[in-house]
Amino acid sequence: MRWRPIVGTAISFGLAGIAWEAFARSAVLPSAITPSLLDVGQALWGTIRNGTMFVHVGFTLFRILVGLVLAILVGVPIGMLMGRFGLIERFFLPLVSVLSPIPSLAWVPLFILWFGLGNTAAIALVLYAAVFPLVLNTWTGVRSVNQLWLRAASAMGAERQTLFAKVVLPGALPFVIAGFRQAFARSWIAVVGGEMIAATKWGLGWVVFDSKEFLNTDVMMGTLVVIGLLGLAFERLVFQAVENRTVARWGMVKTVKA
Amino acid sequence: MHEIELRNVNYLYETSDRQVPALRDVSLAVEASEFLCIVGQSGCGKTTLLNLVAGFLTPSGGDILIGGKRVTGKGFDRGIVFQDFAQLFPWRTARRNVEFGLEMKGVPRGERAEVAATFLRLVGLEKFANAFPHELSGGMQQRVAIARALAYNPTVLLMDEPFAALDALTRDEMQRFLVDVWRETKKTVLYVTHNVAEAVYLADRVLIFSPHPGTVKAEVRVALPRPRDPLSVAFLEHQRTIVSHLGAR
Repeated sequence: MRWRPIVGTAISFGLAGIAWEAFARSAVLPSAITPSLLDVGQALWGTIRNGTMFVHVGFTLFRILVGLVLAILVGVPIGMLMGRFGLIERFFLPLVSVLSPIPSLAWVPLFILWFGLGNTAAIALVLYAAVFPLVLNTWTGVRSVNQLWLRAASAMGAERQTLFAKVVLPGALPFVIAGFRQAFARSWIAVVGGEMIAATKWGLGWVVFDSKEFLNTDVMMGTLVVIGLLGLAFERLVFQAVENRTVARWGMVKTVKA
Repeated sequence: MHEIELRNVNYLYETSDRQVPALRDVSLAVEASEFLCIVGQSGCGKTTLLNLVAGFLTPSGGDILIGGKRVTGKGFDRGIVFQDFAQLFPWRTARRNVEFGLEMKGVPRGERAEVAATFLRLVGLEKFANAFPHELSGGMQQRVAIARALAYNPTVLLMDEPFAALDALTRDEMQRFLVDVWRETKKTVLYVTHNVAEAVYLADRVLIFSPHPGTVKAEVRVALPRPRDPLSVAFLEHQRTIVSHLGAR
């Protein structure tokens, strides 16, 4: 049954590709700014052959992963503590409520002033974008842990830290994983947007923005395809894999069929 | 000495504007290895009583003693089985669920696995030791819950309508099964139910509760030999007696 999701994916991509090709070849917009899939593929191949694409991907992934790890180290514990202790909830919730609706990109000018152009600003941006979905989902996850688990565990002598580690943490995991997904999606917005403004020479966002100067729409679209494929790879290889080994295995969420 | 003893226990529920008496002046005693059922309609305070004995709630007045010692909180002397199948930890296999109490007690890994295997065998689920709860039927999940409550060797087993969410056939099977387990383990059982036939099938003695506030209204001793025949005249007579106590105001 392993081939079924692959066939499904191929069909959805095939149809989307045909739709784009029809649009590109129609004269709705000048063909110079609507490259055909062949042009996009060639441009992409060019950047792969000369190796630059790998460097761009490397820089962008580095910024995302560092920012995301920092966000997890900060966000998950805060969300956990907020869910368990009223005092901590009362302290952090107003801050989170005020900061989380501010788009990460709105911070770019300030972050450039504070951190300069380059990696630090981009990582800070990712951290900012990712931390709030992690805090809020973890907080919700802790609050929605089945009370019966806590009762059963405490009747068997589980207290404080043990209760936390052996019941609250695994019980909140479906929400924490949902938080990872959201944080990851927001990180891409932050890093690509940030690289357009704050990066110097390397990064996928920078490629897209830089191509505009020479109207290289094929490179632009090729880069967008790469971003999309990286997202797909992470969904399949990381998020679904983690889910299938944990919460889906435990029957707490349904297994993904795609 | 009684295994479980309640002396003039009162319990008041605090709502925002007043105090509602949930239990008034409840006194009862359960002997070692006795099977006591508490029967009453929903809202009669029977679950509150169980929660008090379990140590989840503190009485507003009176004393609760287990093995002669005053109850001040939760303890390893009591095992608890709830009605809801969701009481098992979904992220732990049947075996690891059964091991939970032993883990809390600090029993080393090897011994834990051995004890868990023994109790899974007792409930007839040794083949499902590595299954996760969602892979088991409702009846099997309740058996795991019983094994989990027994594994750390409490003297008292508290059960809150453990079979109420099961279909009728499975419930009958589980009642037979519980009697076997009880005879084998010789635990003192305090069992709460609203099902009169279930109480007559299981109990040595049935206490009938009346609501608002919950009080012990009558006591019926069931001296029928086990296994009991739910269609026998004597069985039905006991049911009739209990139902009449429940109905009379």
